[in-house]
Amino acid sequence: MLCGDRGNGTAMAMRMVVSLAGVLGATRLIPVTNAHIDGCLYHGQAGLDFAQKLAGLGAKVAVPTTLNTSSLDLLHPGLVRLPPQDAIDARALMDAYRALGARATWTCAPYQSVERPGFGEDIAWAESNAIVFANSVLGARTERYGDFIDICAAITGRVPHAGLHLEGNRVPTVELDCSALSVRMLGEEAIWAALGDVVGRSSGSRVPLLTGINPTLVDEDKLKALGATAASSGGVALFHVAGVTPEAIAAAGNPDWFGKPRIAITAAMLRAARDELTTADPSAPLDAVALGTPHFSVHEFEKLAASLEDSSDFHADCTVWINTSREVLAQAREKGFVQAAQERGARIVVDTCTYITPILAPEERTVMTPSGKWAWYAPMNLGVDVVFGTLGECLASARAGKVVRDDRQWE
Amino acid sequence: MRGLTLCCGDGCGALLALDEPLSFWGGMDRNTGMIIDTHHPQSGTSMAGRVILMDASRGSSSSSSVLAEAIRAGVGPAAILLLVRDAIVALGVMAAAELYGTFVPVVLLDAEQSQVLHASASGVHICITAHASGHADVVLYSLKNPH
Repeated sequence: MLCGDRGNGTAMAMRMVVSLAGVLGATRLIPVTNAHIDGCLYHGQAGLDFAQKLAGLGAKVAVPTTLNTSSLDLLHPGLVRLPPQDAIDARALMDAYRALGARATWTCAPYQSVERPGFGEDIAWAESNAIVFANSVLGARTERYGDFIDICAAITGRVPHAGLHLEGNRVPTVELDCSALSVRMLGEEAIWAALGDVVGRSSGSRVPLLTGINPTLVDEDKLKALGATAASSGGVALFHVAGVTPEAIAAAGNPDWFGKPRIAITAAMLRAARDELTTADPSAPLDAVALGTPHFSVHEFEKLAASLEDSSDFHADCTVWINTSREVLAQAREKGFVQAAQERGARIVVDTCTYITPILAPEERTVMTPSGKWAWYAPMNLGVDVVFGTLGECLASARAGKVVRDDRQWE
Repeated sequence: MRGLTLCCGDGCGALLALDEPLSFWGGMDRNTGMIIDTHHPQSGTSMAGRVILMDASRGSSSSSSVLAEAIRAGVGPAAILLLVRDAIVALGVMAAAELYGTFVPVVLLDAEQSQVLHASASGVHICITAHASGHADVVLYSLKNPH
């Protein structure tokens, strides 16, 4: 490939893959079966130049490839208020990645799709929450790929044999004992996000094994919340939950998995994370609520619809935003899970996300969210103030137009 | 001081030793090179033209694009010194090299070398030559007499 036998675009992609192998100290390349591309979010001219150069040289992806959130919502034109030139460039970036042969999924949660990688598959995924989910929850194997190498791996179908593709790097190196956390706390996605904040801060570059959690309390939405926040507050790309995640189940009884340094996680640590993720004055009027970071799942739409039954409309001065993918939105609509929220004033965003591109109105300054990732990045990206809380607290607050806390959920 | 070349190139600048890992995406302004991560202890410091010492990057995998864009815009670091083989940092630098022919050296140091640099952080100017053959020269000067 390096010598141009599959075209100059593939040769350019292979140069990047081989250079990365040198950086990582890898001695060989391995094939991948799937790729997820984060490079389609517009960050300036360099990202556009790179995709257009590859497309202009005739490169095409060699494996099934999904696309992450973009900077635009193509189903709801006018929703994103980017400067006109940035919007043109963002659209050109999306077009370049489609020309390279990637699927127009536009979601940060490709793992919610029916077609997803299986246990033990080597894949090349970008986007920190997708990476940690693929490694931890699916048991697929991906290194922490970023922009540029994601598309180069998709085009060449190759990655360096390094990092989390190697069995030895996937063994836990720290135990986080969660047995002190109450069943009530572990019922809330937002509390799993707070746990993710603690996991990210306590793990450093180690691979954490969470123990003491009843497997029946766990679902993919909670693991999504945990991973997304742990990948924001720390560099976590893989975690295990004893008795829950596939590699932990497969390793049951394996002595290599025991006797690691142990950290006890307490409810007080999660409340401290909640307060650390909150930057706003809780007595300020609440302007918006942000749901669906990472993208809302069908199951989350179902739970939202159930919790809105018999409830009143959201406050006129508080906009509830829900980010999801076009694929999940179509499925949730068909099942009747979306209407309850929309009838009460919620607004749906697809293809992108409210914390990465200008969607919120300028007067929406104080925003409540159950997403640890949104709480982590939105103050930097948008300059807003954030209140972090559970979904129940967020919905009660959206109806009241001010922050309503329910401290019992945090005990 | 001698390190290992991750990305080859030459660069000189005042040392900026980061006290905590940084996500370039969300953490650095791509138009000015300023650290804007409000959680970061060095928020408000400019990275433009500096030799950055960081253990590793953190967080979002979009950081490569932001770093490449900062380099394109002329507000990127002069060189980056790492303690781990950080792919996200290297890829931003490699893409800028592929597209624009700008070679920002990225060098791997060990913990002892990093401690020496952290201890001398204020007022040190550093020149880096990261050779394609694999080794990298890291030369320290005091700010009063940079050459």
